[in-house]
Amino acid sequence: MSDIRCRNLCKTFHQGGETITALDQVSLDIGEGAFVCLSGPSGSGKTTLLNALGGLDTPDSGTIAIGEQRLEHLSRRQRADLRLHHIGFVFQAYNLITVLSARENVEFIMQVQGVPAKEREKLATGVLAEVGLAGLEERRPAELSGGQQQRVAVARAIATRPALVLADEPTANLDSRSAARLMDLFVTLNRERGVTFVISTHDARVMGYARRLIGMRDGRIVSDQEQQPHAMAI
Amino acid sequence: MNVTWILAWRNLWRHRRRTWLTVGAMVFSNILLVFLVSLQLGSYQMMIDGSLAAFPGHIQIQHRGYLQDQHIYQSVPAAVELAARVRAMPGTEAVAARAEAFALASSAERSFGILLTGVQPGFEPAVSTFPGKVRMGRYLEEGDSEAIVIGSVLARNLKVGIGDELTFIGSGRDGSFAAGVATVVGIFDTGLEDVDRSMAQVPLAWFQQLFAMGEAGHSVVIRVPGLEQVQATAGALRALPGVAQGELVVLDWNALVPGLRQAITSDMTSAWFTYSVLVVLVAFSVLNTQLMSVLERTREFGVMLALGMSPGRLARLVGMETLLLAALGLGLGVAGGGLLSGYLNHAGFVYPGVEEMMERFMLGGRIYPEVSLVSLLVGPLAVFIGALLAALYPALRLFRLQPVAAMRAV
Repeated sequence: MSDIRCRNLCKTFHQGGETITALDQVSLDIGEGAFVCLSGPSGSGKTTLLNALGGLDTPDSGTIAIGEQRLEHLSRRQRADLRLHHIGFVFQAYNLITVLSARENVEFIMQVQGVPAKEREKLATGVLAEVGLAGLEERRPAELSGGQQQRVAVARAIATRPALVLADEPTANLDSRSAARLMDLFVTLNRERGVTFVISTHDARVMGYARRLIGMRDGRIVSDQEQQPHAMAI
Repeated sequence: MNVTWILAWRNLWRHRRRTWLTVGAMVFSNILLVFLVSLQLGSYQMMIDGSLAAFPGHIQIQHRGYLQDQHIYQSVPAAVELAARVRAMPGTEAVAARAEAFALASSAERSFGILLTGVQPGFEPAVSTFPGKVRMGRYLEEGDSEAIVIGSVLARNLKVGIGDELTFIGSGRDGSFAAGVATVVGIFDTGLEDVDRSMAQVPLAWFQQLFAMGEAGHSVVIRVPGLEQVQATAGALRALPGVAQGELVVLDWNALVPGLRQAITSDMTSAWFTYSVLVVLVAFSVLNTQLMSVLERTREFGVMLALGMSPGRLARLVGMETLLLAALGLGLGVAGGGLLSGYLNHAGFVYPGVEEMMERFMLGGRIYPEVSLVSLLVGPLAVFIGALLAALYPALRLFRLQPVAAMRAV
């Protein structure tokens, strides 16, 4: 269900009496299992597009379909359910719940999904091991490095077995080594689980991992090209 | 374990000081409420017990209409025999027959109107605290005939003392002239001037003879072991001959002393108004805490919304936090209030400034709060519910939260 079709997306913001065009007639198709990077300078509309794709923000006009679901036809509750069961989010600032341990952060979202307690614990431990955090399950975010926190965030995002992961500048706060490990993890998940990745970044090294690179500027798509990943850049 | 409950619990302790302040306010209010309600219920119990033990008893059997219109001819036939029969019934603690009449009491120098009561000296002390109020001389005894006990104010007004004679005149049940001379054997002092000025007691047998009562009296006074037994015993008494036929009526203490219930109801109403103010103040404290807590976590809530949690689930999380907060206040408050009230229930205490009221209701000097499920839980549960209601506003705010805007919050 993870193929994405956007048509003529427009979104403007008003700030201090000024109108900012964040998305300007954006049309885009992303196939299932794709590994896409949205690139461009700050203010180019990458995050706005990601938010719109995830149903976090509503475009002023245009349509978005994820699989068979037209986002504009979904209620707030239905969009939340879509995110809960089919879309994983990874944010620049990790956004973990500080009072919960790594395992509890991952378990929490599974609990919301309705996964039974015993299964939850097993799955959470497994997914944390998968992202390389075995043995650190009971640590709270403050006791983990930035890279480790971002891995917990990834574990949280993929624990629900989403078909689509939207990642907004996931490496922005990471050192090169942690960033490389994170991107390797994304590539593995994409390759082995078929998870679709849409990553916004302005880091050229991250772009090297993508099989499709979409360039944005002033709310418009200015380039869209397939490429051979060259991950060695990081 | 349920992660949402873990999260709710840990969220409470993000700001320990603030949480403890709020819990402290709830605990303080709950202790206060438990103590005040226990005190209130204890006082009511003492008021009822004291007032009823003084004279009226828990239940009386009277001639129908006598309570409203106390004519001497509205009498209970074979009162002593009826009292004996009632005494043998299960559920009664003490029973005594009485007869009453208004009379003019005269000493050598003065005359005053009094309410003269004929009592069974052997049984009266068990239904009334009057005999225990005799400060000079003695109370009436079995075998006494022309003996009288009078109030201290009446004794002073008539200028009589122990051993002096009093003459009294009145109207007999058959309309005849009733007159007698009695020797003062005791002087009681209840502390209530009206009572001490106008009441006197003589042996029932002699009263019946003087006032041409035959075997009749005016009431059979019954005490039961506790207030909770009044209705059951009154029900059983209604099956007695004479009562069942409608000539006699069984009156419980509510009917005998209607002012007592009204005084309690009135006091309770004003007290609950005060308690409500306390509950509202605590609710505002919880509202403040939870609102701050929600506002501080706007970004985190935005992330949760982004991850797919519904606003309803977030509201439920805030509700759970408030529930835990309120439960903490409830548990500690009930425990603290229970301990305090329990101790005072055992030791009693003096409540300065209410001696006059206590005397009015024939109470002793110490107050003993009554600890019961009602006194322990009614106030704290009101605080608990108030706290939960106070969390509604911060919780409902979450339904307006937009994930993107919330995640931008600092």
